Amino acid sequence: MLVYRIISAVIYLILGGIVAGLLAGIDRKLSARLQGRRGPSVLQPFYDVAKLFSKETLALNHGQFVIAFSFLLLIVFTGVLFFAGVDILLVFLALSTAAMFLVFAATSSNSAMSTMGAQREMMQMLAYEPMVLITAVGFYMSTQIMNGGEGSFKIIDIATGDLPSIVYLPGIFLGFLFILTIKFRKSPFDISTSHHAHQELVKGVTTDLSGRNLGMIEIAHWYENTFLLGVVALFFLSNDWWSIPLAVGAAALVYFIETIIDNVSARVKWELMVKLAWGVTIVCGGLNLLVLEYIF
Amino acid sequence: MAKITKSPWLLHYDGSSCNGCDIEVLACLTPVYDVERFGIINTGNPKHADIFLVTGGINEKNKAVVKQLYDQMPEPKVVVAVGICACNGGVFKDAYNIIGGVDKAIPVDVYVPGCAARPEAIIDGVVKALGVLDEKQKAFKEAKKKKGV
Repeated sequence: MLVYRIISAVIYLILGGIVAGLLAGIDRKLSARLQGRRGPSVLQPFYDVAKLFSKETLALNHGQFVIAFSFLLLIVFTGVLFFAGVDILLVFLALSTAAMFLVFAATSSNSAMSTMGAQREMMQMLAYEPMVLITAVGFYMSTQIMNGGEGSFKIIDIATGDLPSIVYLPGIFLGFLFILTIKFRKSPFDISTSHHAHQELVKGVTTDLSGRNLGMIEIAHWYENTFLLGVVALFFLSNDWWSIPLAVGAAALVYFIETIIDNVSARVKWELMVKLAWGVTIVCGGLNLLVLEYIF
Repeated sequence: MAKITKSPWLLHYDGSSCNGCDIEVLACLTPVYDVERFGIINTGNPKHADIFLVTGGINEKNKAVVKQLYDQMPEPKVVVAVGICACNGGVFKDAYNIIGGVDKAIPVDVYVPGCAARPEAIIDGVVKALGVLDEKQKAFKEAKKKKGV
C-alpha cells in the first residue's frame, strides 16, 4: 500500500503541473468559444510561463523571490501530502500556510494595488476557510459511519471506504464546489489575482511580481488546481475499481462546470462573495453535518 | 524555446487621445478580431507587459507618466504608437499644450497612423512589433550570456 502512495505522490509531482497547465489552456479555449471567439492555443499557458522565465525579473527586494518560491514549494508539498494519502487536516493546514505566502509576496512591496490585493486575498481566505474545515470534518464523519464507529482523517481511509463519500456528503460537496470557484480564481473577478482581473485593481497580489517570480506563482496555481481537483475526486473514491474512472470523470466535469459558471457570472464582486460564502457554508455544510450526526 | 512572440502581453495607455483609437484598440479584443488567439492579453500592468501601446499625443502632464510606465516594464519590451496623434501629435500638433508624438518621451518601435487607426491596422502594427520584440529578445539573451547571469 505504501508503494502505491509513494507512486501516486511522485506522479503528482511530475504530472500535476502539466495536467493543470493543459486544463488552463482548455479553459481559455472553452471560454473563448463560449464568447464566440477562436481563442488561444491549448498550450498557451505554457508559452506564457516560458516567456515569463525568459524575461527580466524586476524585484523591489530580494525577499520577493524567496517568498514566491516558498509559495510554490508549499503548494507542491500540500499536493504531495494529499496524493500520498496522509491526514487531510495536515493537508488543509499546509494549503492555508501556502496561501499566506502569496499574501506575504504581495505585502513585500509598497504598491497600493498589491496591498489592496493582499487584503482581498485574506478576505477571500476568511470566506472559504470554514468550508474547507467542514469538508475535513465531513470526511471524518463519513468514514465513521462506513466503519461503524471508528472515524479517520486519513485520506487513504477516506478513499478506500465501502461507498464513495459523496453518498453521505452531498451538501458538503455542493459547498465545496462553491468555494472551488473562489479557489480556482474564477469568481469574484475583482479579487486578488482572479483570472479576469486584468483591469481591476491592476492585478491584485501579483501586481508587483514580474518575470521569474510571476512564472513561479503561475506554476504554483497549476499544482494547486490539480490538488483541488484531487479533493473533488476524493468525494467519489471507494474501494471498488469503478470508483477511479468515476472520480476522474467527476473532476473533469467539475472543471467544465466551473468554466461555465465563470462565463455566466463574469461580473461577481467580492462583496457578494463575502455575503454568500458563509451562508452557503452554513446551509450546505452545516445541514449535512447535522444530518450525519443525528440521522445516521 | 521561450518564444516571447507567442505570448505578448499588452499595456494600453491613453495619453491625450479623443478615445477614438482607444475604442479601436478595445475592438481588437472583441469576437470579430479576437487578438487573444495570438496569446495577446490586455494586462493593464506595466510589470507584466511586453508591448506598450500608446494612443494620443504627449503633453507636459503625461510625459512623466508615459516615461514611468515604460521604465516599469521588464526587458525585452517594444512601444507601439497607435493613431496619428501618438505618431506626431496629429491635428493637435500646434496646440500650445502638446509636445508631439510618443517619441518625444520614449523610444518608439512601430508607428500605426490613422484617425482613428483601424483595428486591422493596429493588429498589423502589433504583429510588426512582435518581429522587433523577437530581435530584442535575442539581443537580451546575448547580453545576459555576456554578463554571465
